[in-house]
Amino acid sequence: MEIFLLFISAIFVNNILLAQYLGNCPYLGCSKEKGVAIGMGAAVLFVTVLATVITFLFQKYVMVPFHLQYLQTIFFILVIAALVQFVEMFLKKMVPPLYKSLGIFLPLITTNCAVLGVAILVQRLEFDLVTATLYSIAASLGFLLAIVLMAGIRERFAVTRIPRSMQGVPSGLIMAGIMSLAFLAFKGMIA
Amino acid sequence: MIIESVVSLFGLGFVSASVLSVASKLLAVEEDPRLEVVVEALPGANCGGCGFAGCEAYAAAVINDPSTPPNKCCAGGPDVAKRIAELTGKAAGDADPMVAFRRCVKVEGKVAKKFDYFGIQSCAAAKLVQDGPDACKYSCLGFGDCVRACPFDAMWIEGDLVHISPEKCTSCGTCVRTCPNSILELIPRRSRVMVFCSSQDKGKAVKDVCEAGCISCGACIKKCPAQCITMVDERIHIDHKACLAYGPSCGEACVEKCPRDILRCLNPDMISAAPDTEPARYPDESHVADLQA
Repeated sequence: MEIFLLFISAIFVNNILLAQYLGNCPYLGCSKEKGVAIGMGAAVLFVTVLATVITFLFQKYVMVPFHLQYLQTIFFILVIAALVQFVEMFLKKMVPPLYKSLGIFLPLITTNCAVLGVAILVQRLEFDLVTATLYSIAASLGFLLAIVLMAGIRERFAVTRIPRSMQGVPSGLIMAGIMSLAFLAFKGMIA
Repeated sequence: MIIESVVSLFGLGFVSASVLSVASKLLAVEEDPRLEVVVEALPGANCGGCGFAGCEAYAAAVINDPSTPPNKCCAGGPDVAKRIAELTGKAAGDADPMVAFRRCVKVEGKVAKKFDYFGIQSCAAAKLVQDGPDACKYSCLGFGDCVRACPFDAMWIEGDLVHISPEKCTSCGTCVRTCPNSILELIPRRSRVMVFCSSQDKGKAVKDVCEAGCISCGACIKKCPAQCITMVDERIHIDHKACLAYGPSCGEACVEKCPRDILRCLNPDMISAAPDTEPARYPDESHVADLQA
């Protein structure tokens, strides 16, 4: 039951994009077409889970024993950047079809703050490794849901008459705000 | 504390860099050195006219797949095809250069109006409302979806009808895929004859809605000595390859025979005009006259 609640809260109530405002650049940049949005969401899911596990182990076995917790942010950035580079090389060699389908999104994720955000949140909430992994899956699914919904809306924008000054990013930002408000309705659902 | 943080950060950086450099050696993927050269030889338009996702995908295919010909890049034309043939050791072939052609003479034909349309100014949107405002559901809607889709700026709308600049057209086929009424078609630049209507309706139905449209009487089919005209889905189809192979000895009998004057000769000089000349911005009526021999 707790796991179920964790999933629901991470996907709907504390959606990483709409409630915590992390990872807004890919949210606006990669949400023009549904196919692209799904690609980005899948890539984020893949990297976030991997990064959460690695940073969790790094925190537990390197940073805590050496009392280096105050360097958490910069250490995590370094670890995630190196990890993404490694994953890219690994996929290119071992799973070329997956590498091709993720394409440009994989290196882009290096600078996605949602990935770093989940890694740090997991430490703040003091989860154990299993819960942390499940939380990272749920948070990325929340990201995937939000970006695909946004892409669906923006695909309709493409055939809608919108004043010139509102076309593109302005209407996208307003939509993001409205979606954020809509997701706010889930607040209080889970204490 | 400062020394600790500097040392640990340096250490982490060093370890990550070492791991990555070892990984890059172990996981190195050998890429064909020709790939980069071929990608550079391509124009980089990424228009998709070759049928691949982009220039790089085509380059990879043309290098690795023996059945992919070197002349698929329509944006590059014969020069690029020749260069790629050199690089890949394939025969350049003599593919007929193509050009987009609009199979509708709506304005001239005075297509009847069904209703006034005030919705979204897009062919795709207008098509959703009772097949568009024109009584003929195969006519050019004129909202310019193809114009916006054309990566080479080769199309424009004039008098609710799309016009194509043959000089700028690279036959990438983007417009053909965009048009909701399928009135655009890629034909060889050397084509001699073409039907200026794309209606799939029966003769009576065409007569009711358009003064010029093809009534599918089939007179041209019977008259063609090369037998290169056929009826596909109630729409006249010309096999340009066979037509060109037969040559002008038939005296364009099909054109002579057409009672609606919708089958017309195309002037090859007009279609394959020199690329450095300013595209002819012909008005609607003279467009057809220009194309006639």
